[in-house]
Amino acid sequence: MAAADKVDPIHQFQIHPIIPLHIGGYDVSFTNSSLFMVVTIVLASAFLYWSTASRALIPGRLQSVSEMAYEFVGNMLRDAAGKQGMQFFPLVFSLFMFVLVANLIGLFPYFFTVTSHIIVTFTLAILVIGTVVVYGFAKHGLGFLKLFVPHGVPGLLLPLVVAIEVISFVSRPVSLSVRLFANMLAGHITLKVFSGFVVSLGALGAVGIAGSILPLAMAVALTALELLVAFLQAYVFAVLTCMYLNDALHPSH
Amino acid sequence: MFVTSAYAQETAPAAAEGDTHAGTAVPAAEHEAFPPFDAKTFPSQILWLVITFGLFYLFLKRVVMPRLGGIIDVRNDRISQDLDHAARLKGEADAAVAAYEQELAEAKANANKIGQQASDAAKADAEGTRKKLEAELEKKLGEAEASIASIKAKAMKEVGTIAEDTTSAIVEALVGGKADKSEIAAAVKSASR
Repeated sequence: MAAADKVDPIHQFQIHPIIPLHIGGYDVSFTNSSLFMVVTIVLASAFLYWSTASRALIPGRLQSVSEMAYEFVGNMLRDAAGKQGMQFFPLVFSLFMFVLVANLIGLFPYFFTVTSHIIVTFTLAILVIGTVVVYGFAKHGLGFLKLFVPHGVPGLLLPLVVAIEVISFVSRPVSLSVRLFANMLAGHITLKVFSGFVVSLGALGAVGIAGSILPLAMAVALTALELLVAFLQAYVFAVLTCMYLNDALHPSH
Repeated sequence: MFVTSAYAQETAPAAAEGDTHAGTAVPAAEHEAFPPFDAKTFPSQILWLVITFGLFYLFLKRVVMPRLGGIIDVRNDRISQDLDHAARLKGEADAAVAAYEQELAEAKANANKIGQQASDAAKADAEGTRKKLEAELEKKLGEAEASIASIKAKAMKEVGTIAEDTTSAIVEALVGGKADKSEIAAAVKSASR
C-alpha cells in the first residue's frame, strides 16, 4: 500500500473518516477533509487574531500582513461593488481567507487540500450565488430580473439575449467552483506525478538517480507555481464574488 | 492512513491497490474511482464546511474585522489629527511672523517719528537762537548808529562852539573889545548855513 500511495496521484484526494458519524442515514463522519477545514479556520483565525492583538499604531510585520489582506479585499470589493457593497465585506473576506489558507495548507506534503474537492468549492459558490439571488430579490423585488434584460437590445433579439443571460447566470456557480477545484486538483496531481517519478527513478540505481534530477527540478518549479496558483485562485474567487455581488446591488446593466 | 474498521469498504480497494501496484482497474470497479466525485463523501463535506466556514465567518465578522477596521481607523484619525495639528502650528507660526513684522514696521515708524521730532525741535531751536542773535545784533547796530549820530551831533555842536570862540577871538583881535556872545553865535549860525 505504501508503494502504491507514492505513485498513485489520486490517493491524496481520498477521504478517510476519523470519527465515524451517521445522522439520519447520512454519513457525516469527521474526516480528514473536515480535519483540514478545522485546521484552515483555526490557523487563519489564530493568525488574524494574534497578529492584531497589540493593535499597534505602527504595525509589525505580521500585523501588516493582516492589514494588507483586509485592505486588499476591502479595496477589491469597493472597486467592484461600490460603497453599498461593503455590507458584504465580512463574507468576501472570509471566503478569501478560507480559500487562500486552505490552498496554502494543501501545498504541504501529506496535507489534504480542502479546495481540491468539487463539493467544497461548489458549496462556497452556491453560498455566493445564493447570497446574490436572495439579496437581489429582497432589495429590488422583481426588478432584480432586469439583470437578464440588457438595455438597448432590439426586440427581435431580446429572447435570445435573455436566454444567453440566464444561461450565463446559471453557469456562474459551476464556473466559479470548477475553476478553483480544477486548478487545485490538476496542480496537485501534476506535483504528485513528478514527485512520483523522482521516487520511482531513484529506486533504479545510479542512472535512475541521475535521471530523477529533472523531475525533481520540475517538482520544485511546480511547487513555486502552485504557490502562485494558490494565491491567484483565492484572488479570482474573491474578485468574481465581488462582481456577482455588484449584480445583486445594481441589477440593471 | 486513517483507515478504521468502520470503513471496511475502504480497506478492500486499498489492499487491491497494493496487489496490482498501479491500482486503477480494481478500485474503479468497487469504489467510486475518483475521490472528488465520490458522492458518498458529500454530506459529510458539506456539513463540516458549513460548520467550519460558519464559525470562521462569525469569528471574522465579530472579532477580527472590527479590530482590523478599528486599527486602520485609529491610524487614519491619528494621521489626519497630526496633519491638522501641523497645519495649526503652521498657522500660528505664520501669525507670529505677521505680528513680528507689524511690530517691526510700527517700531520703524515710531523711530522715524522720534527722529523727525528731534530734528524739527533742533531746527526750531537753531532758528530761535539765530533770530535772537540777529535781533541782538540789530539792536547793537542801532545803538552803535545812535551813538555815532550823537557823537557826530556833539562834534558838530563843538564845531559851532569852536567857530564862535574863534570868531570872538578874531573879533577881539581885530576890533578890540568884546563882541556879544549871542550875536557871534547868530553870525556863525548864519555863516555855516
